[in-house]
Amino acid sequence: MAKVRGAIVVDVEKCKGCGLCAVACPSSVIALAKEVNGKGYNYAYMANPEACIGCANCAMVCPDSIISVYKVKLEANA
Amino acid sequence: MAELRLMKGNEAIAEAAIRCGCDGYFGYPITPQSEVLETLMARMPWDETGMVVLQAESELAAINMVYGGAGCGKKVMTSSSSPGISLKQEGITYIAGAELPCLVVNVVRGGPGLGTIQPAQSDYFQAVKGGGHGDYKLIVLAPASVQEMYDFVDLGFELAFKYRNPAMILSDGVIGQMMEKVQLGDYKPRLTNEEIIKRYGSWATTGKTADRKRNIITSLDLDAGSQEKFNIKLQNKYKEIQDKEVRFEKIACDDAEYLLVAYGSSSRVCQKAIDIARGKGIKVGLLRPITLFPYPSKAIQELLPQLKGILSVEMSAGQMVEDVRLAVNGKVNVEHFGRMGGVIPTPNEVVEALEEKFIKA
Amino acid sequence: MDVKDIIKEENLVYSKSKVLTDNIMHYCPGCTHGVVHKIIAEVIEEMGIQDKTIAVSPVGCSVLAYNYLDIDWQEAAHGRAPAIATAISRLHPEKYVFTYQGDGDLASIGTAEIMHACNRGENITVIFINNAIYGMTGGQMAPTTLEGMKTATTPYGRRVDLNGYPLKITELIAQLPGTCYVTRQSGHTPAAVRKLKKAITKAFENTGKNKGTSFIEVVSTCNSGWKMPPVKANEWMVENMFPFYPLGDMKDE
Repeated sequence: MAKVRGAIVVDVEKCKGCGLCAVACPSSVIALAKEVNGKGYNYAYMANPEACIGCANCAMVCPDSIISVYKVKLEANA
Repeated sequence: MAELRLMKGNEAIAEAAIRCGCDGYFGYPITPQSEVLETLMARMPWDETGMVVLQAESELAAINMVYGGAGCGKKVMTSSSSPGISLKQEGITYIAGAELPCLVVNVVRGGPGLGTIQPAQSDYFQAVKGGGHGDYKLIVLAPASVQEMYDFVDLGFELAFKYRNPAMILSDGVIGQMMEKVQLGDYKPRLTNEEIIKRYGSWATTGKTADRKRNIITSLDLDAGSQEKFNIKLQNKYKEIQDKEVRFEKIACDDAEYLLVAYGSSSRVCQKAIDIARGKGIKVGLLRPITLFPYPSKAIQELLPQLKGILSVEMSAGQMVEDVRLAVNGKVNVEHFGRMGGVIPTPNEVVEALEEKFIKA
Repeated sequence: MDVKDIIKEENLVYSKSKVLTDNIMHYCPGCTHGVVHKIIAEVIEEMGIQDKTIAVSPVGCSVLAYNYLDIDWQEAAHGRAPAIATAISRLHPEKYVFTYQGDGDLASIGTAEIMHACNRGENITVIFINNAIYGMTGGQMAPTTLEGMKTATTPYGRRVDLNGYPLKITELIAQLPGTCYVTRQSGHTPAAVRKLKKAITKAFENTGKNKGTSFIEVVSTCNSGWKMPPVKANEWMVENMFPFYPLGDMKDE
């Protein structure tokens, strides 16, 4: 069975830490960082990167369009 | 052979719009200017030239349609009468703030409020000093005949596009309603989008192509510093207009000791008043401003050495007289004579006022 | 597999639309405006109509919308966007013209303009953001503010005996024969975003087919005006706004 692995890249300096991406994520990948960015926001990051399936739900609901999504299909025994 | 036609001033506005290649007219009925929209609807120019004509739901909508059309770089106009022009002030200041060219016709009636439907000149301040909020000016043309109603449509558009500034024809119920012979001009084709860009540059919203940045039509700039810079740019533009675009007519001024200053229908009354006054031995001339902004201040100043007094004749409580006084700067006595509320002064009343204020005094 | 092996150009499946500019949006964290801007940009990009689209922005929080979508824009006086769009569409009949308006702009000060533009069947798309509050001016009552809802000008909650009833303007718009497509959508979940994108695509396609006015209400949040965090605001919207402003198509002809 093919397994899917995904990853996201958050434009940290443009993130406003609204947290909508974390709610939209079906795999509980995203959390808000304890650190803040230059504007003082707790930015989103992959707290649990192994679980990302690259569904792009987070990027779809991101009001600031700052999430890029990557996805690869892995072979079953890879 | 020139084409001549007997027509109302309001009809002349409509005919001129079609023939000068106007792209769109957006209006709303109000007396005494409704014939502009009526004539256009009867003429059906959309079949002839492709011109858009639309009866809007309000004067507010009409002037904002003008904003939208002007923002596309199109030759668009509206017309109304005083109460309707008050409603349009919001749109006019946005148009001035976004530096859009357009033509607004005001066929003035008596006020304030609903006032009367008879002719007046009591919207002078509103037209010349701004009207809406903010530091801006319109180019204001004052026709005194039906021929000038016709001619100033093309001239108004020419000046509006030259300076990217709203222009106004400040007429009144006399000129709008009366019928005179008009020499019609040839049809000018409407410009294509490509011709608009070639002639006026690519500032308008014509669709963002790959070869340019997006065009934004707006009067908003939240930064005070750059808003001031923009205001300075506007003021420089108005100064250039003041330097280059003054238009006026002088009648019987060569030997004049007294000067009447009057525009529009008042100037026609004054022409007769000159004949009566000269019959009595009073040497009086007339200066008729054709542009109210820019105002012919210099033309008045040049006559000062020969003058004993100036009478500003207006169908108002005395509005233009302030600009005459600014031009004269105390060097000669300046008085006002006017009737209000839709009453047209008679030539005899003007002569009597001249005698009372200067000769007998 | 290491994350850095996944993050490669050839594996990219979703990124910011090219029709969005690089400007950082001035909206508050979690604001629905950003979501809707993004979807409009994606539709314009996918339909390949960037050079044929002219938009009209309102007065309200989205007054600066022209900073974010890389298309030609006109910025309207408060409520007048439909009149401006009318002229643009009539003078550029081949263009895709849309207005983007909030509830104060569209359903209060601009009620006459939106009603008459829709009734004339102007060939435009209207995107109506309804978050039941005036965001830009600091959270005052809007025509769509719910009964009992606290705002800066209804500090004890909206009272219908004092302030009248919340206005379901989209239902009124749906009655007008000039409209061809009237729908109420949202953008708070991935599924809602997908539906909203379909709706906006349909609206723009209607414009391309010269079908008349397409009207899309987006029930939205204003977490600053509502004084709650973004995630909570979405929950509040589902619990309180959706029962009064139910989602779905009202007209699709």
